[in-house]
Amino acid sequence: MNRDRINKIINQIPTHFIIIFMILVWVVPTFGLLITSLRPAQAINTSGWWTVLSPPRGSTEYGQYCASCHGADGTALPNANLTDPNLVQHFPRSVQLLVSLRAEINGQPHMQAVPIPESQAAANISSYMRIISGLQSSARFTFSNYIDALVGYRGTSTYQQDCAAGAAPPDIACNSSDLLNPRGMGRAFLNSLIVTIPATFLPILFAAFAGYAFAWLDFKGRFLLFSILVGLQVVPLQMTLVPISRLYAQLGLNGTFLGVWLFHTGFGMPYAIYLMRNFLGSLPRDLFEAAYIDGASHWTVFFRLVIPLAMPAIASLGIFQFLWVWNDLLVALVFLGGTTPVMTYQISNMVTSLGAGWQLLTASAFLSMLLPMIVFFSLQRYFVRGMLAGAVKG
Amino acid sequence: MAPRSVPNIMRQGRFAPWLYLLPALLIMTFFIVYPMINTISLSLKNKDGTASAATTCVAGNPCWGIFENYRYALTSEFDTRSVSTFWSSFWLSSYGNTLKWIVLMVSGTVGLGLAFAVMADRVKYEALAKSIIFMPMAVSFVGAGIIWKFVYDYGTQQVQIGLLNALVTSLGGQPIAYMSTLQVNTVALIVVGVWIWTGFCMTILSASLKSVPDEIIEAARMDGANEWSIFWKIMVPIIMPTIVVVITTMVINVLKLFDIVYVMTGGNFSTDVIANRMYTEMYKNFNVGRGTAIAVILVIAIIPFIYLNVRRFIAQEETR
Repeated sequence: MNRDRINKIINQIPTHFIIIFMILVWVVPTFGLLITSLRPAQAINTSGWWTVLSPPRGSTEYGQYCASCHGADGTALPNANLTDPNLVQHFPRSVQLLVSLRAEINGQPHMQAVPIPESQAAANISSYMRIISGLQSSARFTFSNYIDALVGYRGTSTYQQDCAAGAAPPDIACNSSDLLNPRGMGRAFLNSLIVTIPATFLPILFAAFAGYAFAWLDFKGRFLLFSILVGLQVVPLQMTLVPISRLYAQLGLNGTFLGVWLFHTGFGMPYAIYLMRNFLGSLPRDLFEAAYIDGASHWTVFFRLVIPLAMPAIASLGIFQFLWVWNDLLVALVFLGGTTPVMTYQISNMVTSLGAGWQLLTASAFLSMLLPMIVFFSLQRYFVRGMLAGAVKG
Repeated sequence: MAPRSVPNIMRQGRFAPWLYLLPALLIMTFFIVYPMINTISLSLKNKDGTASAATTCVAGNPCWGIFENYRYALTSEFDTRSVSTFWSSFWLSSYGNTLKWIVLMVSGTVGLGLAFAVMADRVKYEALAKSIIFMPMAVSFVGAGIIWKFVYDYGTQQVQIGLLNALVTSLGGQPIAYMSTLQVNTVALIVVGVWIWTGFCMTILSASLKSVPDEIIEAARMDGANEWSIFWKIMVPIIMPTIVVVITTMVINVLKLFDIVYVMTGGNFSTDVIANRMYTEMYKNFNVGRGTAIAVILVIAIIPFIYLNVRRFIAQEETR
């Protein structure tokens, strides 16, 4: 018996190994993004996020070669005025070491002739020395990326610094109104909410009506109509964009929330009805018969019986539709564009206009994931149930 | 289990059902049915839908008459001077890429999803492991695009801040510009798709695996079957219908996929796919005719799956 158990454990080792490896592949990229979004911009561009807790580049070399020769506490050189020719005369070896140290770190051939550094170079060197000697430690984590992303600040320094120095760009007001700056994620978050809530509520309401009719009311062509609906579930969104946007242009609905609500409602409908009908159809027949025998009308049955009983289905549908609308890019791109940008639009716009502004991109991406993640992890059960109940929406 | 007939006592009025259906049918007609018909007619028209597509033909070049937009959509990416140039241009075209997406992404998501579902079933931290793999489903394609763009980052200096290139260089290799190296980039994008959708396949396959009766598996073990043959000879055949459903669903998803390519490469460096090309034609080149023609091609590619979906539904109803 005991040997069997040991065998079983040994057999399981590869399983554990593969599972944990896959989990790592799934978690590490997101984790890296989170860490990056919390680092100062300069650190992001000069070192990988996995080095966030290690000492600055060059510190080991400094400790090995330089620390002891520059005064007892190793601070003589970093604090020295390197543009002073006398000083360079006094510390030839140190300055040379410094150059070779930098060369070493940058992977270039070292031990060249040592010129007296000009002022900018000297300033760079000594600030560099202060960092690697540990005299000056910069913050490893900061929230400034999130602040910059929220207010839509896009510059070389940070929102807080520029505002403090009075050097903010013209579209930044340096007060709370910046949170609604159209270039920022704060405004986009609000827009995403405004888009998502009605676009989640409306299809559920209409689908509940239609699902009830399909499940419990008798009418001609019930089966045929429902079969068409099943087919409509997989119609690609792309198929309808142009006619709708032309129609919207005539009706003045382009760029309005109403237009997007209606579009998402229309497109969420087939799947929502499918799910509702299957769920409502599985409720016990006696329940409905009893209600009718007691003299209830369809209307009463619908609101007093069907809606409360359908809550599990409504929950899963709600999460599905919420995530779908919140995460959508195409519809937002076509119908809202830059006038009322939602979060996904704002990020994709940053990618094309910013190139490699990782501090803003990572923070923005995290801001846009926050709400879906909370919804997902707290209501995962319903989400899975909705997925298993039918085909997938598109 | 939907009832096939309605209790007699519930039959009230002929119009009541239609009242319940009215909002849904109205909005679906308006947003799905009417636009589909309109899209087909627009695909036979010129750039801004004012005249027939035949007017855009250029003398001396091949012309398909009113199907001119389809000629453009179907052939413009190909170099037909010889068989070999045709194949090489096909592989880098939006059609070749879509084909790569379908083959690699569907096999990747379904394969990994199935493997993970089977393995996770045997460990104590099953729920946690599954929700981690499932997590990207909650993240937008745009967010996932940023996450992976960062992993793939190519540092022009000595320092690699992208995880993948840092790994490559620490193992002594040369860093690769994943987003702009032909062929590599499409595979890199597909990896992102697999990362997002594996959890979906896993969840559905896992639910199906759990419905395989334990007695059958126990009986097979008693007869001396090993885990490998239990998996292939018992589990896979039993859950085959679900596997087919998952595969068809994934093919449909891949055909419609747009966001990942749009965010990560914008379709540049030969990473275009059909859905993204349609967007480019429509909203960057403002050629309504060509854009809608591509949309129609997309829907034609999906029609077999629509048919499968409806047939499966009808079969399901008959067993009820």
